[in-house]
Amino acid sequence: MSYLRLERLEKTYPGGTRAVDGIDFSAEQGEFIVLLGPSGCGKTTTLRMIAGLELATGGKIHIAGREVTRLRPSQRDIGMVFQFYALYPHLSVRDNIAFPLRAAGLDVAETARRVLAVAEQMGLGRLLDLYPKQLSGGDQQKIALARAIVRRPAMFLMDEPLGTLDADQRLAMRELIRSEQLDSRVTTVYVTHDQEEAMSLADRIVVMSQGRIRQVGTPAEVYDRPADRFVAMFVGSPGMNFIACQVSSMQDRLQLVSEQGQLRLDVPLVEPRGGPTSTSAVLGIRCEHVHEDGDGPIHGRVLTEEYLGSARLVHVDTQCGRLVLRSGATTSLGPGSAIRLRLDAAQASVFDGATEVRL
Amino acid sequence: MSEREAGGTVGVGARSGAVPFLAARGVSKRFGANQALEQIDLDVAHDELLVVLGPTGAGKTTLLRTIAGLERPDAGRIVVEGRDLTGLSPAARDVALVFQNFSLYPRWTVRKNLEFPLRAPGRNLPGAEIRRRIEWAAELLSITRYLEREASRLSGGEMQRVAIGRAIVRRPSLFLMDEPLTNLDAKLREALRVELVQLRRQLATPMIFVTHDQTEALSMADRIVVLSEGRILQTGTPREIYERPVSPVVALQLGQPAINLLRVRRQAGHWLGADGTPLIAAEDAGPAERVLGIRPEHIALDPDPGSTSAEGVVRIVEYIGPTTTLLVDWAGDRVHIVVPRRAALRPGDRVRPRIDATRAVLFSPDQRDGLAEAAHGGALARASLHRRDPDCSAHRASYHPTEEVP
Repeated sequence: MSYLRLERLEKTYPGGTRAVDGIDFSAEQGEFIVLLGPSGCGKTTTLRMIAGLELATGGKIHIAGREVTRLRPSQRDIGMVFQFYALYPHLSVRDNIAFPLRAAGLDVAETARRVLAVAEQMGLGRLLDLYPKQLSGGDQQKIALARAIVRRPAMFLMDEPLGTLDADQRLAMRELIRSEQLDSRVTTVYVTHDQEEAMSLADRIVVMSQGRIRQVGTPAEVYDRPADRFVAMFVGSPGMNFIACQVSSMQDRLQLVSEQGQLRLDVPLVEPRGGPTSTSAVLGIRCEHVHEDGDGPIHGRVLTEEYLGSARLVHVDTQCGRLVLRSGATTSLGPGSAIRLRLDAAQASVFDGATEVRL
Repeated sequence: MSEREAGGTVGVGARSGAVPFLAARGVSKRFGANQALEQIDLDVAHDELLVVLGPTGAGKTTLLRTIAGLERPDAGRIVVEGRDLTGLSPAARDVALVFQNFSLYPRWTVRKNLEFPLRAPGRNLPGAEIRRRIEWAAELLSITRYLEREASRLSGGEMQRVAIGRAIVRRPSLFLMDEPLTNLDAKLREALRVELVQLRRQLATPMIFVTHDQTEALSMADRIVVLSEGRILQTGTPREIYERPVSPVVALQLGQPAINLLRVRRQAGHWLGADGTPLIAAEDAGPAERVLGIRPEHIALDPDPGSTSAEGVVRIVEYIGPTTTLLVDWAGDRVHIVVPRRAALRPGDRVRPRIDATRAVLFSPDQRDGLAEAAHGGALARASLHRRDPDCSAHRASYHPTEEVP
């Protein structure tokens, strides 16, 4: 039985804005779930309803087999970490971490022992006697995390905890959060708009948009088999390439012809979900599955290149529209160069032209 | 050649021979006890996008504001096309600044926001010319359909396009951009960084672009200036700086995940890791202790099950689209390895990492440069924290390449 379960959960604000529009998902004990989506998609509202900071206007929340939909936050046994550190400035790091234990009435010796254990585990030992204003943003955020961990809550809720950090600190914190969670196996729900963060942390990702769930799946499922065009665009850096096509024949395979006819592709339908609702379709292909090939069917010109250190993104204008391919870091093509491309059709996704849902 | 010294150029790094568009020479600026800029020398070519990269507090914004004339340097000169601008007001410099926070007039329409710089006193542009320029800029930035909309009703990305539009309508001779993409969400940043590069090429106007984001720096720059604590650590093309950083601090500024820095010692023709594992072949010259820098994508996993190379244990597996990032305990250290996507690896799996020796960079523990000491202390402390190294102080020694390769 799942540890956290949301059923038809809704949040409608007094003005009529529907922030969360009837969502269902569940998390297993020990699972790391990331709610991913652009700003305004309802992910933070969902998290706040799980925490009890907002009351649902419809649906139910179950934690550990108990319905908590109308319970207060303090009755839910949840540890929370938010984007802003919210440390007590007048307390030392040691006292900040100890705060929730003292508030819970734990005895002095046990409090000291647990604070020290968490600090050592997180490499914060040398910071214990400093005050928040003496610390970098990254260290402050680590203290906030330590304060959540020390309580040993039954569940963690995190709302963009890396939002305010510099890039190098984000990566270090990401690994810290992941390794702490792997060690403790505390069920975690984590909110972010950063798809890379989501992919690197999650056991499963819940992709949201406009108050609804677009897809729930492992990072590989969401990346390789996006449920619709929105997910395909939002996940991945860059998002998928899209080519508008006409469906010329369909059975268990789909024959596609690009709009100007220069590209013909035969794509197997792995799990046919019923035929397309229109004769138009959109082919989606990731940049690493577009290859430079002197005999390739697509002709184009290099628009610009982005060097990324470990790879290069080449933006190409073609008769099928703009395509981005990922190539080795060391071979450079100048803007304006002619280029021919081939797609790895076995790796393609096909979306219905009208509904934009995966076929 | 089994190894390579770190090399590159520190300082000006002007393109050979050509007279630069802008030259800063010996620019220093102090705020109270804080030396914000110290002896900055840099050149910007006539048709170049120069990125100034550095962490918060490096002096990037001060440098930009000094070039714009919003700060007066304590020492040094800023020369544009042979003309010394140092004492001139911002208005007399013909530069356009774009800030992180858009800075539009929220109650005005987009058109009125774009008109504003053109209607400045003393400009005396005819109305038809103003209209023509606004339509030209709106077209370039795909904001024509928003022209009559109030700025406050635009999304963040649209607002930043308008802010850029307000800079280009003036047709300045230099663009200065202060983290213009930082407040936008990730997808928009991806799209706008490509647009900005193309726009600048079209206008053929030089641009100085300040950022702390290494992806923006690598992908947008013709050349990068790496700034730290008010000083330039290295200037070069993105590839030069990525592949041949002059110091561990510079190496750590570019690349995600960060470069691996391993303390190594030479023995019997090999560089050995902290636990004595031979990592790569060593030449019999120079100091016996070094710091080996190797990027995560330049460590491969040896597929041969009969291989005798040292085993490592996978700690964390991060799946990021086309590649997988591993954190591996190996050779007495903790290293990041980026491998192409492959059959699932899990925490606890045993792997045999192998360093691509042709990609390794060696830094020497050599305390001859006070700057290096100051700057490296912070960055290496960060790096070692990252590795949860209990012996942080050991890393506080400073490193500097022994030789520079021309």
